[in-house]
Amino acid sequence: MEQVSEAAIRGLMDVLCPMYAMLDANGVIRHAGPTLCKLRPQRRLAGLPLLDVFDLTRPRLSRFSQLVECPGEKLHLQFADDPKTALKGVLMPCGPVTILNLSFGISVLDSIRDYDLTNADFAATDMMIEMLYLIEAKSAAMEASRKLNMRLQGAKIAAEEQAFTDTLTGLKNRRAMDHILARLIGAGQAFALMHLDLDFFKAVNDTMGHAAGDHVLQRVARIMVEEVRKDDTVARVGGDEFVLILTGIQKRETLSRIASRLIARLEKPIHYGGQDCRVSASLGIVLSVDYDPPVARDMLEDADEALYSSKRQGRARHSFHVE
Amino acid sequence: MHGLINRAIQCFVRDTYGEEIWMDVARGVALDASGFEAMLFYDDALTDQVLGGIVSLLNKPRDEVLEDIGTYLVSHPNAEALRRLLRFGGVDFMEFLHSLDDLPDRARMAVSDLELPRLELHDDRDSCLHLHVRSDRDGFGPVMLGVLRTMADDYGALVFLDLRHRGPGDDVIYIALVETAFAEGRSFTLSAGKG
Repeated sequence: MEQVSEAAIRGLMDVLCPMYAMLDANGVIRHAGPTLCKLRPQRRLAGLPLLDVFDLTRPRLSRFSQLVECPGEKLHLQFADDPKTALKGVLMPCGPVTILNLSFGISVLDSIRDYDLTNADFAATDMMIEMLYLIEAKSAAMEASRKLNMRLQGAKIAAEEQAFTDTLTGLKNRRAMDHILARLIGAGQAFALMHLDLDFFKAVNDTMGHAAGDHVLQRVARIMVEEVRKDDTVARVGGDEFVLILTGIQKRETLSRIASRLIARLEKPIHYGGQDCRVSASLGIVLSVDYDPPVARDMLEDADEALYSSKRQGRARHSFHVE
Repeated sequence: MHGLINRAIQCFVRDTYGEEIWMDVARGVALDASGFEAMLFYDDALTDQVLGGIVSLLNKPRDEVLEDIGTYLVSHPNAEALRRLLRFGGVDFMEFLHSLDDLPDRARMAVSDLELPRLELHDDRDSCLHLHVRSDRDGFGPVMLGVLRTMADDYGALVFLDLRHRGPGDDVIYIALVETAFAEGRSFTLSAGKG
């Protein structure tokens, strides 16, 4: 085969892999491919030693004579000046010259933006355009999925909240209370449980109607929420039955004070439709420290028993299961 | 029908005619207000009902509505991502046309369960090209007509297009390419977010 001219090699390389440098035996750039030129538009690369333009990051060699020893090996380079774009390369001797073919590594997206590259800067057979297409298409699909996930999560949170909320009063419901009890017991946290039953509520419902009854329940719910701390729990567990869970309180005096204040506030007449609704409350109280180990069902049963003892004693009062 | 297609119809109505009209359409088919989810799948009959609703609300021929959807898909700012994806198909309108054969495969690469109509570009040698649009579902022909018309503008090419309906789900679009570089066209750079 006849000798191929340098010009012919250039012509071939400019089309087949336009990001390359043609080097002489001393490692000086004789010619830079069109895409490589586009990366340094302000600078004439031909005539410059390769290792002045690029730093070799792997293998870490500093002399061109060492570099020509490893033809065909994968090279990692980066521009010595800013922007220090990292490139991959492979070097091969070709007659009197040496060709260093280059490509973008994973930084290709940044490079395309930084250097404003177009289709014409890549060889017609280069998969880069397909890759860019895929990145955009997949990102768009991923974004659509992510939005769906967020909407579903929002819906799930709303559904859960609804599942744990008593719709009339906005208080927690029995299911939520079960969860909270399980969590407190699991964590070994001390707490007091008050079972509260409204007195005379049935009379309000019967004489003034269900709308009045609902209004009373809502008002009562608000009073209970106001009378406990933010981290405490108030749950509606039956028609006019409530459970209050107060964490960290172990003194009976404190609990008695809270119970008395609650009853006093609940006994204040509640206005509805030009009339006054009057209710009161009976409470049964248990403390987790009286159990070893605390069991939710036992505590609820005992609180219920204490509540009925309050009722038996004439209502509008509280009793402890263990005095 | 894939949620992406249903969602495209919904966005078309919302962005072109307003939220109120879309709500009317949604109510007519008992779809909840948020409408279609792009990444879910829906019964084909629902898509037909939605289209039927739009056609009667807008009081426009069905083919015209479908063509408008095609135009919307590649020209509205809210659908910019799609225009960009199509522009990856080629550097000029001719190359773009030839890339259409691969479009269903390209779409499947991004969203594996998205089924687009089969597209086949035929070259007559008499300067007239024709694009066959075939699908189990009827209606993709007019949509592609809108897409092609708008993409020609996007590339700055001057073309005459003619749609012939050959049977259910079988359309041919005749394309007479007058000039590939007739006008400036819209810009396209490889880097997303740069135009």
